Amino acid sequence: MPKIIGAVTVDALRCKGCELCVVACPTDTLALRADDVNDRGYHYAYMARPDACIGCASCAAVCPDACIEVYRVVER
Amino acid sequence: MKGNEAIAHAAIRYGVDGYFGYPITPQSEVLETLEAEMPWETTGMVVLQAESEVAAINMIYGGAAAGKAVMTSSSSPGVSLKQEGISYIAAAELPALIVNVMRGGPGLGTIQPSQADYFQATKGGGHGDYHLIVLAPSSVQEMADFVALGFDLAFKYRNPAMILADGIVGQMMEKVVLPEPRPRRTQQQIEEQCSWAATGRHGRKHRNVVTSLELDPARMELNNERFQRTYAEIEANEVRFATHYTDDADYLIVAFGSVARICLKAIEEARAQGVKVGLLRPITLWPFPKAEIARLARQVKGILTVELNAGQMIDDVRLASECRVPVAHFGRMGGIVPNPAEVLDALYNHFPEAKK
Amino acid sequence: MTPEEIINPANRVYSRPRLLTEVNTHYCPGCSHGVVHRIIAELLEEMGLEDRAVGVAPVGCAVFAYNYIDVDWVEAAHGRAPAVATALNRLWPDNLVFTYQGDGDLAAIGTAETIHAANRGENIAIIFINNAIYGMTGGQMAPTTLIGQKTATTPYGRRVDLNGNPLNISDLLAQLEGTCLVTRQAVHTPAAVRKAKAAIKKAFENALAKKGTSVVEIVSTCNSGWKMTPAQSNEWMAEHMTARYPLGDLKNV
Repeated sequence: MPKIIGAVTVDALRCKGCELCVVACPTDTLALRADDVNDRGYHYAYMARPDACIGCASCAAVCPDACIEVYRVVER
Repeated sequence: MKGNEAIAHAAIRYGVDGYFGYPITPQSEVLETLEAEMPWETTGMVVLQAESEVAAINMIYGGAAAGKAVMTSSSSPGVSLKQEGISYIAAAELPALIVNVMRGGPGLGTIQPSQADYFQATKGGGHGDYHLIVLAPSSVQEMADFVALGFDLAFKYRNPAMILADGIVGQMMEKVVLPEPRPRRTQQQIEEQCSWAATGRHGRKHRNVVTSLELDPARMELNNERFQRTYAEIEANEVRFATHYTDDADYLIVAFGSVARICLKAIEEARAQGVKVGLLRPITLWPFPKAEIARLARQVKGILTVELNAGQMIDDVRLASECRVPVAHFGRMGGIVPNPAEVLDALYNHFPEAKK
Repeated sequence: MTPEEIINPANRVYSRPRLLTEVNTHYCPGCSHGVVHRIIAELLEEMGLEDRAVGVAPVGCAVFAYNYIDVDWVEAAHGRAPAVATALNRLWPDNLVFTYQGDGDLAAIGTAETIHAANRGENIAIIFINNAIYGMTGGQMAPTTLIGQKTATTPYGRRVDLNGNPLNISDLLAQLEGTCLVTRQAVHTPAAVRKAKAAIKKAFENALAKKGTSVVEIVSTCNSGWKMTPAQSNEWMAEHMTARYPLGDLKNV
């Protein structure tokens, strides 16, 4: 059974910490960085549980700032 | 043909790309003539009756922003509606031609001729510090000729131009020699001439944005200073006027548009009575022929402005005369047009010593 | 595989569209405008339209849309975008001309221009952001504000007797013979975003095929104006806005 695994990168400087990606993520991969802010004072999003990512790009679809890149690998 | 018809024919022959208008008396013949001529079948010119003057002027804004030669026409109440758009066109530094065939106001007023939009046309009209290039035709021939002149100046300075006609010139019929037809500019010519225009990028490396918005006050002041430099250049280069019998004149009449022709008749009568009166007819109301008026103010004993309004151009004449001589005004309002005898009476009333 | 191994260009399935400029938007965190901008930039790129797309920006929060999408733009006076677009398209008929307007711009001050451009069947795409509020000026009542909704100018909630009814302008536009597509979409979930993108793509295709006017209403959020978090705004929108403005095609011919 092939397994889909994914990963995302978040442009932390561009992220406004709106949390919409966190809500949209079906696997609870993403969270806002509670202990850090970017140059503009936002708690930016990051992969809190990298193992959970399936590369579905739901986060990128709802991101108003186009700061998420999505990667996906099918492991056989 | 009528002055309004002459404008329409001249527009087609000039190679205008688009006309957008809305019916209003006394200028509806411009749109009617264009619709009847169907220039979209010949030159490819777009003609559209818009839903309002507001929409029409914003179509002009859009067309001008895309580098096209576009024009609209209306009459006083309709031109009031267009003022927001005209301010945007000036602020975005776009070439366009606006025709105002003036009728009497204020309000709905009358459909009879007037020159009561002089202030509106020459002082900006909409919000902000700006000027239109304002041309005042006094014949059907000039109605035709000023289409080309207006567009040439508008494109030269990237600034809207206005033909400020009165209802008389719009409606009266005279013989006219129309300009030779010339083709509309090609896409390549437009993109070369208007490198700033929103034509679609078509391989251009950067995007073009046409806007009048600038929230940074320092940059907005720079924009305003650039506009003012343009206006100074126009004032230095583009003043146009006609004079008659001014060489030996003791008195001067200043009048524009059709009224200037009535005044010329009055002047010829005065001369027959031995009174040396001259006429200065501003052709550009902005830029205003200040220097010539200042020069003549050193020569004459008095100046009379004759206008179809309560006294508007008189302010500019008085400023230009530097108060060297008395400046008086004679005007009729509400659509009444004076005859030469009334003009002469007014001259003698204001300057009794003229009639010795 | 570790994330570091997965994150390489060969495995990339989504990245920021090239036609979005590098500048950060002025929009509040979580604003629907950003999502719709991104969709438009993706489509212009995917459809190969960057050389002949011309956008018309409104007055309102999206006034600076021209700073974010790397095609030619004209910034219109408030409400006049459909008139500006009319001339842009009639004079350059091969270009894709689209307007991007909010509810105040399109359905209040620009109602006449919107209805008449659509009635003439101008070959343009109208992207209509309906967030039921005037965002840019500080959250005043919009023509689309819901009954009972609190805004800066309806501090006790919109009342029919004082303020009239919410204007469902897309239903009006769907009645006009000049429109070929009138659809109401949202961007609050990944599935909704995909549908909204398909709708805007259809609108662009219609304009290029000269089928008439297409209107894509995006039922949106304004979390700052609504005084909620972005996530709460999406929930409130899904519950209340779509009751008054149901999602789906009103016309698609």
